[in-house]
Amino acid sequence: MSSSSQENQSKPVFLDLRNISKSFGAIEALKGINMQLFAGEVVGLMGDNGAGKSTLIKILSGNYQPTSGEMYFEGHPQQFNRPVDARTHGIEVVYQDLALCDHLTAAHNVFLGREKKRNIGPLKILDNKHMFARAGEIFAMLKSETRPRDKVKQMSGGQRQAVAIARTQLSSPQLVLMDEPTAAISVRQVSEVLGLIKRLQSEGVGVLLISHRMPDIFAVCDRVVVLRRGEKVADKHISQTSQDEVTGLITGAVERA
Amino acid sequence: MNDTSLSKAIDSQTHSFGQEIIRSQPFWVTIAAIVLCFVLSLTGTTNGEQVFFTPENFSNIALNFSFIGIIAIGMTAVIITAGIDLSVGSVMGLAGIATGLTLSSGYGVEAGIAAGILTALACGLVNGILISYIGLSPFVVTLGMLSICRSLALVVSNNKMFYEFGPDEDLFLSIGGGTHLGVANSLVVMLVLTIFLGFMLNFTAWGRHLYAIGSNESAATMTGVPVKAVKLSAYLFCSLTAGISAVMIVGWMGSVTNALGMTYELRVIASAVIGGADLMGGVGTAYGALIGSILVELIRNGLLMAGVDPYWQGTFVGLFIIFAVALEKIRSRRSG
Repeated sequence: MSSSSQENQSKPVFLDLRNISKSFGAIEALKGINMQLFAGEVVGLMGDNGAGKSTLIKILSGNYQPTSGEMYFEGHPQQFNRPVDARTHGIEVVYQDLALCDHLTAAHNVFLGREKKRNIGPLKILDNKHMFARAGEIFAMLKSETRPRDKVKQMSGGQRQAVAIARTQLSSPQLVLMDEPTAAISVRQVSEVLGLIKRLQSEGVGVLLISHRMPDIFAVCDRVVVLRRGEKVADKHISQTSQDEVTGLITGAVERA
Repeated sequence: MNDTSLSKAIDSQTHSFGQEIIRSQPFWVTIAAIVLCFVLSLTGTTNGEQVFFTPENFSNIALNFSFIGIIAIGMTAVIITAGIDLSVGSVMGLAGIATGLTLSSGYGVEAGIAAGILTALACGLVNGILISYIGLSPFVVTLGMLSICRSLALVVSNNKMFYEFGPDEDLFLSIGGGTHLGVANSLVVMLVLTIFLGFMLNFTAWGRHLYAIGSNESAATMTGVPVKAVKLSAYLFCSLTAGISAVMIVGWMGSVTNALGMTYELRVIASAVIGGADLMGGVGTAYGALIGSILVELIRNGLLMAGVDPYWQGTFVGLFIIFAVALEKIRSRRSG
């Protein structure tokens, strides 16, 4: 166990990955990953293309099943067969393309697939009032200027991120997986998105952040995990490493740390 | 400065009821229809006598547009999902033949209507399964269905006309051709369907899901929307409206041939599109389908009343479709 993990032992372990491997035919995407995620912690997941980041995220979100290894969820062994399983255990995903519908309002995007309904006689009709109000509360909590009644079509990259992140907050999750949230937006909006991540952290929500942008990782993460060719080569507290070392770990210039 | 009052102010600026309406295409189509009525009331005279602005002509228009409008309601639901149903005219023909054949074989009116509606639903079920569960292109599947249904109508009818509708003939004719409180039954059905779809689109999860699928199908899938079932239901609904329209029009005409509904798909799609449904998906309203089909009929009727050669009708309707779509494009570009 690395020093960072020991340091975190005061917080409960939310998710414990033990010897997780994933093969696609002859290709080994992940080789025996051991990793712990503590409640309310922001962890950066870094690695070059093909290092296994997306595969790991997809295992955590229930899209893939590991070829071997176990996942312990709050101390109990757990298998996620479908994305819904991950969701019921408090794991939410913000997809790289955000999965937003342009023609719907922010609030309806937040509630998409989980619409709030109320009964009028035998009919189940949408409770728009509740959805607009609740979405507004979440945006306020995230300190985002997104307005629930605006259509997503008219929104900036940062606001779109806020909508996608707000969606994860409907069920008060324990862990939010974010896949490259800052990859396709302008510099000014990056700080907006990093602000959103900090808000999640201050609400006690853990975040696993995949990013290619070193400054982002160092701005918001407590810990950084580096994958290279399917193996975990580093798992360090952010204060115990540097951007240079992480770059070296990603490329292979630094073997292990 | 109070933050909530500021955001409320912005909200009411950008989301007031009036603003929403003025930005929508159906609003401008309604204006166009009113202007057209006004122009036609001035020009639609024969020997100085008003022929357009008469109760007879208006009930004529109402009848003519309602059969198209009923299907435009179903078509709008499909177009919102970024789909298309080219088979509605042929489905209408086959359903009409099924109803005619059943009634003329001596069955009652319930059986006749059920035969038409179930035939239409069967077509919609095949369309919907192939499109949503097998993943075939809506254009190709419904083009195939267009051909199949027209051919089956020929086979089943053996190219005969049905005009004797068995023991319940009077009842059947009064359903399609009768009136309620002075309003033609087909128009009543059209209005009920408009209200029904309007309610479903605005107040139910099904409606939100139609828009979500047309807007971003993979996002809808990832967020847990039952995409396949919703798409299937849209095609079923569209075929159902074709079946309803068939039953109504056969009763109104008092006869049915296998040519029933030929090329109606074009007028139905034109009505939906003029009413603001976007073939790219995610946009469309029930009221739009209503006003779109009224406008198409007004153009046809007005040209006839003004003594323009009917051969020109297609040109004018075509120009209007292109104009309506271009207008939508220009407005959406300006609003960013």
